[in-house]
Parts: sequence; C-alpha cells; structure tokens
Amino acid sequence: MVDGTENDIKPNGNYSSDNNLLIDCKNVDVFYGDKQALYNVSLGINEKEVTSLIGPSGCGKSTFLRCLNRMNDVIDSCSISGNIKINGEDIYNPHIDVVELRSRIGMVFQKPNPFPKSVFDNVAYGPRLHGKITDKDEMHHKVEASLVRAGLWDEIKDRLNEPGTSLSGGQQQRLCIARAIAVDPEIILMDEPCSALDPIATAKIEELIDELKTNYTIVIVTHSMQQAARVSQRTAFFHLGNLIEVGDTENIFRSPENEQTEAYVTGRYG
Amino acid sequence: MSKNINSMMLKRQSAEKRFRFYGQASLAIALIMLVVIISSMTYRSIPAFTNYGLNLNINLSNENISQDNINYRRLVRDNISLLDSGCDDRKCRKEFLRLFSSGAAYELRDTIENDPSLIGKDFSKFILFSDDADLFYKFGIDNSLPESERRLNDREITWLNGFKELGLVEKRFSTNLFTNGDSREPEIAGVLGAVIGSLLTILITLIISFPIGVLSAIYLESFAPKNKLTDFIEVNINNLAAVPSIVFGLLGLALFINFFGMPRSAPLVGGCVLSLMTLPVIIIATRASLQSVPPSIREAALAVGASEMQVVFQHLLPAALPGILTGTIIGLARAFGESAPLLLIGMVAFVVDIPGSFTDPATALPVQVYLWADSPERAFVAKTSAATLVLIFLLIIINLAAVILRKKYQLKW
Ligand SMILES: Nc1ncnc2c1ncn2[C@@H]1O[C@H](COP(=O)(O)OP(=O)(O)OP(=O)(O)O)[C@@H](O)[C@H]1O
Ligand SMILES: [Mg+2]
Repeated sequence: MVDGTENDIKPNGNYSSDNNLLIDCKNVDVFYGDKQALYNVSLGINEKEVTSLIGPSGCGKSTFLRCLNRMNDVIDSCSISGNIKINGEDIYNPHIDVVELRSRIGMVFQKPNPFPKSVFDNVAYGPRLHGKITDKDEMHHKVEASLVRAGLWDEIKDRLNEPGTSLSGGQQQRLCIARAIAVDPEIILMDEPCSALDPIATAKIEELIDELKTNYTIVIVTHSMQQAARVSQRTAFFHLGNLIEVGDTENIFRSPENEQTEAYVTGRYG
Repeated sequence: MSKNINSMMLKRQSAEKRFRFYGQASLAIALIMLVVIISSMTYRSIPAFTNYGLNLNINLSNENISQDNINYRRLVRDNISLLDSGCDDRKCRKEFLRLFSSGAAYELRDTIENDPSLIGKDFSKFILFSDDADLFYKFGIDNSLPESERRLNDREITWLNGFKELGLVEKRFSTNLFTNGDSREPEIAGVLGAVIGSLLTILITLIISFPIGVLSAIYLESFAPKNKLTDFIEVNINNLAAVPSIVFGLLGLALFINFFGMPRSAPLVGGCVLSLMTLPVIIIATRASLQSVPPSIREAALAVGASEMQVVFQHLLPAALPGILTGTIIGLARAFGESAPLLLIGMVAFVVDIPGSFTDPATALPVQVYLWADSPERAFVAKTSAATLVLIFLLIIINLAAVILRKKYQLKW
C-alpha cells in the first residue's frame, strides 16, 4: 500500500490529494417517493481528475450523478437531503439559479441525444442560449474548437448542416460531448457514455476523456471495469444505494479494502 | 422435433396471412362505403349543377328610362308577355309568368348595373325557369297523375313543350349554386352564404381555441404542480371532449347570447360555441404530442442550461408541432361539420345575404344541408346533395392541409 491510502479508501471519508476538492457531498440521501435510492453518501471529487462511479445495476450511480447538476429536480417524486457543495457553494441553496448551475456542469447521457437540428446548431445551442457568443465568426470558431476537442471535427467538418441525428451512434455521442464542452463547463458528468458504442468509438471517447481532464473535472458512470481502470484516477463503488468504497483507481482494482468491492471488480459479483 | 417446428412455423405463417386478410378486408369495406356514399351523393347532386332557361329579348331601346327608375320586375314581366302564350285572361298570363324564375328580375338588375350601356338597346338575356319547369325538363312529368295533383297543369306542360319545340330552351351550368346565398327559390339558391358563414365561424373557432388550447396544454404538461386540482382539471378536460355537442349549444345560448348579449345567428357566437367543443380536443392532442417527444431531448436541453420555458419553446413545441397541428385540424374539421349546437344559437335562420362580417346573421354549411333537406320543394333534394358534396370537399381540403403541415414540420430524429 502506498502512503496515505488508508485515508483515501475510507468510505464516506474525505480524500486528500494534489488536486483540490471541487465537489463535496456530505450525507446525501435520495428518495424516489417512499423508496430510498441513496443512503448517506459522502463523497469528495477532485478538480481536474476523472472519477468513476461503478457498481451493479440499480445501485444509484445515475441518481448520484444527477444530484450533482440537480437534474433530479425534474423528477417530481425525487427528494434529496444532505449537503452538496461545489467550490464551497451549496448547490441546493434556494438562492442558487439552477439554470446557471447547469451551464457550469455539462452532462453526457447514456444514449446519445442530439437535438433534431443541424450539427452546427447542436454545438452552438449552449453558447447561443447563454448569450456568451453573438458574433458569427466567433461562434464558428467555438463550434470548430468544440468539435475538434471532441475529436469529431475531421470526420464531419463538411457535414455541419446535416441533422445531428443523421450521424452514427459514436459520432452522435461525441457530438453530445462537443455540445457539453461548448459552454465551457467546469465539470462534465458522463452517464455510461460508451454503453451504446462499439470498441473503436469507445476507445476514441476514452482518449477524449483523458485529454479533457487537463481542463475539466469529470465524473463518469461506467459498467466496464476496464474502462474505469483506464480512464479514471479515482473510483467510487456503490452498492444498493450505499457508497461502499472510494479511492485511487489503482487501489480499488488491485487491493480493495472491502470484500464486496473485491467481489465486484474481480467479476465474481453478479 | 423438426416436424414440431415446422408445424409451428406453418401455424404462425397462416395466422399472419389471416391477419393480413382481415386488415385488407376491413380497409376494403371502409373504402367501399366511402365510394358508395360519395358516388351516390354525386349522382343525386347532378341535377343541381344545371338549370334550364331561355334567352329572353329585353327591349330597352324605345323606352325613355334611366338606370335609377327601372322597374326590373315589370321589365321582365313585360318582355315575357311578348312571348306567344296565347293567353287572353289575367289568370292565364299569371300562370305563364309562373313558369319563370322570380329571381330573373334580380339577375337582370345585376346585368344592367354591371353594364349600364345596355340601357337604350335591345339585347337578349338568359333567364331561368322556375323550379317546377326546370324539373319538368330534367325529369319529365308523370302524366298518369290527375292534373290537380301535378305541380304543372296541362296548359303549362303545353307551353313548356312549345318552348322546347321552338328551340328556345337552353341548359346551362348553374353558377347560382356557388355565387348565391340561400333562397326560397331552389333555382337561385346557392351555398356561398353558408360556405362564408362556415369559414367565418371556423376562423373564430381557430382564433379562440388554438392559442388557449395549446397554452393550457403546455401549462398542464410542463409547469402545473402535480396535485389534486390538476388531476381534477385533467379529468374534466377529458370529460368535456366526450360531451354531446348540443350541450355546448345550450351553454352558448345561455352564456353568450342571453348573458353576454351577443348577437344571435352570428358567426362570432357560433365560433365561440364551437371553440368550447374544440378546446378539449386541442388540449388533449397537444398534451399527447408533447408527451411523445422523447424525454432525452428535454434532458439534453436542461443539461446544457436551458430553462424550463426555453425547453418548451425551443424543443418540445417544434417537435410536437406536427401532432398539435393535426389535432387542431381534426378538432376544427369536427367543428366544421357540426350543426346541432349552431341550431340552438340561431344559425339556422333563413339568411339570403352573404355574411360580410363576424356579426352578420349567417348560417353554416351543415345547417344549410339540414335546412334544404327539410324543404318541401323537390328541387332541393339535388341541392342538398350538392351542398353535402361541397361540405365533403371542404373537409377534404382541411384534412389535406393537415397532412401537408404535418409533412412540413416533421422533424427528423
Ligand atoms: N425516476 C425514478 N423514479 C423512481 N425510482 C427511480 C427512478 N430512477 C431511479 N429509480 C430507482 O433508484 C434506484 C437507483 O437507480 P439508478 O438509476 O441511480 O441506478 P444505476 O446505478 O444508475 O443503475 P444502472 O447501472 O442500471 O444505470 C433504482 O432502484 C431505481 O429503481
Ligand atoms: Mg444508470
């Protein structure tokens, strides 16, 4: 064991590393109606790192992820208690403007969901919405830059006026990533971004995630152990709504503290 | 084993074949019914599209008159009398005159007003026969009936046969049907008044029910808090859609006419009543099409930082538009063919003039069909079918518009 890991892998405990703590969740409980989906989750997420959330299906990974940009607000039955701070600011404070919050936190969904608009308009939608860019040339640069970052530019630079929905699945997912980064978020949340993609497209997106982490803080939900191991610096294991273990990805995969974690990462768990 | 699979496969295939046959058979039955209805309507309406008449010489050369003091009725009468009737008493002359349409004087007035230079000339003018004479030329007459039970007596029949032998009788396309309002005289009655009345009414309906319906649906779907009150409203909207249309007529009578004092028989009131009827249809259709927009689009927009309202207006509405338009047009088409509620608010009045505004007395096309179907004159039988055809034709246009709009606004997913 490396120094300090004891501290790192303590579930519910805070984590210290070279990077600053950006998102700090304390005692988060989430209910869908009467049904509790998350139990007292406390998890810190560091700046400019990739944190992956793993765990069996239905354990609450998506639920947790959606708490971070308050996407759960749109589900009527959903109620949240506890404390989530981003940059020291409580995001569930009534004074917080949700729209502004979400413009700082990009999200990529499991199923690619481009708007039924042109590729260009898909990427330009966010900047246009927030009035960040009004100049036409500037917008063009922004779209190009976002598509370049998402690794899509070369493939579709001649097809900017085609509907985003006409692209292949992998291209659509990268378009969604471009759309998310076009608003210059601090944080990007990804919910199983590669689950609908073939290995080549997956590899491209993983590469992309690796690049993005120099500028963005990324939280990714994945079902693929290999993916978590490849792209993330930290890994959190959820089970039945509980955060079982969190720590450096290496440690989680090599020498997990918890038996359940070990069972899961070694594939012995159903 | 493979035998088993084989027999299962055969069973499945024959089930599929049977199902396909049922589908085709139902479609065929529906189509046959449609064809039967439309063709029988068309067949029965044929006589309504033509009128018999004759070219009457009008002498205006020897008379010293100006445009203002012409007595058109007398002018027509005098010139008809110049035809050889062989009459020597008043009663006979009156009978002879009755063979011609009483609308001839109005038509002559229109002709002269359109071309005042005719004054001081002799010219010939096509004037229509009365409906009985017209029917005689179209269908003949049953001579086995005693004279007193016939619409035309022997002398009149002799006259009509005489015109024919002289080659005076001419059959022309009945423009009256499309350019006139209603009339007691079948040969000059037309559907234009009713068509305009219907269009004015439906325009009011559209103006009222489309924005209100769409906005309520959006509110209920995206902004309304989910509580008992919202549920209650929702249930009641669904109930309203099932309320018989005549009830809306009663409501309109009590509310718009008796309480608000709006004019009777006016398209304004008709439109208000029909929008009560159309509103729930539009609300339900709009909600259904908003719901059918994939939730992933909403999430995508929210996640980029769109507000709830931006999501609705930039994403949900454009995607739902084809469905909303289709629902609206279906609602309007239903309202367009509705007569019962209009009867109650007085749009069943006999209106000769073509309505020029939303508050003029007017009738609607379905009500016109009802009125004509109820008229004793036999010539109205064909007119009724013709009016029905016009109604069906307009409905087809409306539905076509729905298809075109849907195609136009269909988004590609
Ligand atoms: N909208 C909802 N309404 C009610 N219950 C929900 C809702 N969304 C999720 N749940 C429940 O909350 C629990 C956690 O769901 P969540 O989607 O977070 O799981 P997950 O870990 O993302 O699973 P998966 O890996 O299959 O995506 C599940 O038991 C699920 O049934
Ligand atoms: Mg999930």
